[in-house]
Amino acid sequence: MPGRRISPRLAAAFAAATGGLVFIGALVTALVRLPANRRQFRLSDVAREAEQAGFRALPLVLLLGALIGLILAFQSAIPMRRFGADIFVANLVSVSLLRELGPLLSAVILSGRTGSAFAAELGTMKVNQELDALEVMGLDPVTLLVLPRMAATLLVTPVLTLMMDAAGLIGMTLVMVGFGYSEPAIQAQVQQAASAADLAGGLAKAAVFGAVVAAIGCRAGLATGNGPRAVGLAATAAVVGGIVATILLDGAFAMLFYRLGW
Amino acid sequence: MPIIEASGLAQRFGDRTIFRDVSFTVAAGQVFVLLGGSGCGKSTLMRQLVGLLPPTEGEIAIAGARITGPGAGPALAAARRRFGVMFQSGALFGSLDLLGNVMLPLEMFTDLPRPDRAARASAKLAEVGLADAAGRLPAEISGGMAKRAAIARALALDPPLLFLDEPSAGLDPITAAELDRLILTLRDRRGTSFVVVTHELASILAIGDACLMLDRNAWPDAGGVIAAGPPRVLKAESRHPVVRAFFDRTPLAAEAA
Ligand SMILES: Nc1ncnc2c1ncn2[C@@H]1O[C@H](COP(=O)(O)OP(=O)(O)O)[C@@H](O)[C@H]1O
Ligand SMILES: [Mg+2]
Repeated sequence: MPGRRISPRLAAAFAAATGGLVFIGALVTALVRLPANRRQFRLSDVAREAEQAGFRALPLVLLLGALIGLILAFQSAIPMRRFGADIFVANLVSVSLLRELGPLLSAVILSGRTGSAFAAELGTMKVNQELDALEVMGLDPVTLLVLPRMAATLLVTPVLTLMMDAAGLIGMTLVMVGFGYSEPAIQAQVQQAASAADLAGGLAKAAVFGAVVAAIGCRAGLATGNGPRAVGLAATAAVVGGIVATILLDGAFAMLFYRLGW
Repeated sequence: MPIIEASGLAQRFGDRTIFRDVSFTVAAGQVFVLLGGSGCGKSTLMRQLVGLLPPTEGEIAIAGARITGPGAGPALAAARRRFGVMFQSGALFGSLDLLGNVMLPLEMFTDLPRPDRAARASAKLAEVGLADAAGRLPAEISGGMAKRAAIARALALDPPLLFLDEPSAGLDPITAAELDRLILTLRDRRGTSFVVVTHELASILAIGDACLMLDRNAWPDAGGVIAAGPPRVLKAESRHPVVRAFFDRTPLAAEAA
């Protein structure tokens, strides 16, 4: 039927969209059935993934956090100094770290380290027919493989964010001390600028980012195609998808928090 | 009652028809052998039978319950509790050692305490001759060992029906013969039914109660069944040139002589 052909690109986009919806459906189904399928959700898997995604990411998170704190403080101190306002660097850095940069950068690190690893692991399992083997045993790959990974990153990302925040504040403090401010003065400034609500909002965002990055990584792995490059493509899709989703969600959170006056 | 009834099965991928009009029954307690050249659709048919690939056309019933078509999900889930599958590639879980692979179904579907599970899994590994490889990871073993471990995993829950996709390909003749003996023992002692894909002529004649031979050119436009019946009868009586070529194949040395 010529003339009724839709373009292959459109068809691919449509397939990707429906695939995503089907995956969300499978996630919801797995969550609803979780009480009945408790055995397939193994806490030892959650612990192992949490160690991989969390503990092993700590050096990178601390390094990046400290550098961001240092750079932000140093860069903003230069213009603010001209107005004699450089003590407010502490306000600026602490609020932007706790509310935005901590959760965002933690989620970016998670996408690069963990989202890609999930995609590669599950993609390799798919290529090796391990997922088929699970299915014919009557086991649900989503409950057995995806939910523990999501649970692990949901738990671990707020902790990573907290570490990133702390490292950033230390970096900022180093710069401020270098400019001649005393530690208590800086601390007082931070406490005045940033509230517990800022911290809590940032950590809540981080938890959501963590679960979503894991879900996107797992979905990329489960959707792995055939051929020698498929697993690599899945890992790439996981990183790109994780970062894009994090940015979009961050925007959504900004609007939500604004509405809530948070 | 037959353990498998398949009628009018067809599989199309895009505009290619791999096979059509495939119908057969497997009697309980039988070793049913699937034969045919590479690429004729044996693995595809097996994927249909275990519910991984919905047939383009046709119906499948396992132990009397239809597992294809609308609303068959619960029947398929129930049927899966009664069969074990060994994939052509083995499909072992790469993150678990061999013992862990065999223990997984026990952990998921039995209430046995851990030491009992380990004991039972070790016994299954011993049955396929892998007693001393229990702690090895799938990446550290040969293809033939992976297949045997996959058989041990398929046996873990003592299912009454087993699907084996080329279990003896890549095995040395002695191990292959041991595997055949295991299949016959399970059939005779426990009444286990088997669907086995294999190319080994000796093995087919030794273990096959019935067989189905597929060929890519069975129809002008598609593959399908070219012969069905007990292997000995086919060997003795079939006139189909492809069947004859299969059963009469002789070593190259003899041909040259
Ligand atoms: N998912 C699929 N998509 C397209 N073609 C497929 C798919 N699976 C198998 N095929 C094709 O079907 C044919 C039969 O494959 P298979 O069942 O693996 O053969 P056998 O196991 O008999 O060697 C092959 O030509 C293969 O390329
Ligand atoms: Mg095959």
